[in-house]
Amino acid sequence: MSLEFTGKVVLITGAASGLGYACAEAFCKQGAWVAIADISRKVVDEAVARLSDLPGEVLGLVCNVAEADQVESMVAEVVRTWGRLDVAVNNAGISSPLNPVANTEESDFDRVMSVNLKGVWLCMRAELRQMEKQGSGSIVNMASALSLRVFAGGSFYVASKFAVAGLTRTAAVEYAESGIRINAVCPGNVATPLVVSTVSSEMLDQLANVHAMKRLGKPEEIANAVMWLASEQASFNTGTILPVDGGWSAQ
Amino acid sequence: MRLENKVVLITGAAGEIGVAAVRLFVREGARVMMADMNGEQLAQAASEFASDSVACFTVDVTDEVQVRAMVDNTVEVFGRIDVFMANAGIEGKMGEIIESDLDNLMRVLDVNVKGVWLGLRYVIPVMKEQGGGSIVITSSGAGVKGAPGMVPYNTSKHAVIGMMRCAALECTKYNIRVNTVNPGPIETRMMESIAEGLVPGGSADYKTKLQSMTPMRRYGKADEVANLMLFLASDESSYCTGSVYMVDGGNAT
Repeated sequence: MSLEFTGKVVLITGAASGLGYACAEAFCKQGAWVAIADISRKVVDEAVARLSDLPGEVLGLVCNVAEADQVESMVAEVVRTWGRLDVAVNNAGISSPLNPVANTEESDFDRVMSVNLKGVWLCMRAELRQMEKQGSGSIVNMASALSLRVFAGGSFYVASKFAVAGLTRTAAVEYAESGIRINAVCPGNVATPLVVSTVSSEMLDQLANVHAMKRLGKPEEIANAVMWLASEQASFNTGTILPVDGGWSAQ
Repeated sequence: MRLENKVVLITGAAGEIGVAAVRLFVREGARVMMADMNGEQLAQAASEFASDSVACFTVDVTDEVQVRAMVDNTVEVFGRIDVFMANAGIEGKMGEIIESDLDNLMRVLDVNVKGVWLGLRYVIPVMKEQGGGSIVITSSGAGVKGAPGMVPYNTSKHAVIGMMRCAALECTKYNIRVNTVNPGPIETRMMESIAEGLVPGGSADYKTKLQSMTPMRRYGKADEVANLMLFLASDESSYCTGSVYMVDGGNAT
């Protein structure tokens, strides 16, 4: 995909693996300066090493997005290093154990919500404070096909992703006049390296079959949509909830 | 280039959004069959392009024989159809139901719904035979929200979303993707006509009001719609099917 990001400053959370890494790779290939944020030094360093041959520049940052002070430092470090923040991809998220509501645990609820919802909110707050100063910026949140459809057993994961869509749309309206666009991508089930290597083949089939296309998405297919929304191509798009879900939500 | 070696068939190609799309598609390497009802306007619109990258076909999309001929001709000229942009549409007359006539409703549904269906009816077999393709139907912000005085147009734009979703589910097995692009208020003749129809003599006031209700506080440009059409037409959106894609300055939020 040929979208120009040379010299654009991009921050991606959860960037050391999966969809976040696919986005980081895609932005780097287009010449962006990409801050790779993730939860541990080890995974961040590995990702930075793998990306170092691509045209863009990379900066590794360790951040637990559920912690306000770490999020503030993360954004501050990007601005200290490169002077600005053009694009933020709020991608960090975790899954929940699958159980009907009556059998779920409060600790799991708190853990999922603290990363998937509070984490996105904390990141947006810090990013928007910087983007407001610049009078420009583009935020892409990683929502989910489960922001549009439900999956039995995934109650609070689904709730967290519905919430991300609500957060995205509300903030989009609040900042539409400030030159800041805020959108979300809704991936279906994606064949990330982690999923492919850890999930049984029967479960992979089951995950594939929820889509009308009867296959899993590819990480780069999600990255394409993220890049499109982040780019100037999408200058009249804000508050858009963009499905990339192989027809899951059409059914 | 993002549409290298692709053949695109687009209806409503002589309108502002159609022309913007053709311009972008040609720049990205596509060869384009431009179809429109108004032959003169079509020839005028096509005159800016090199003759090896575009061809023209005058068509009334409500006429089955003509639609079939359009599809056949596209295959004859360019050998295949990778992308079908079902973009032709009319706004019809504005007005409340109790002041409106049935003819106007039927005319709008004919062009905007039957016209799209006929295109699908004849394009899908071509794409099926080829082993795939991408279809983008132009719906509207009016396809996801109601608006007083706009029953025919609004109904037709809701209808094609249902058509798109069913077609998408039918077509995954043929590797054909089907989606809608839904423009909000765009700087076009049609938008101007809708404003004039809703507020006769007061279209400027209407525009000011609609802008103030749009989160970005402005109308979009035809180019901004074309950008989204390009994404959905190209292989970049290979996992996107059965969905509604807004380009509306935040209006639907």
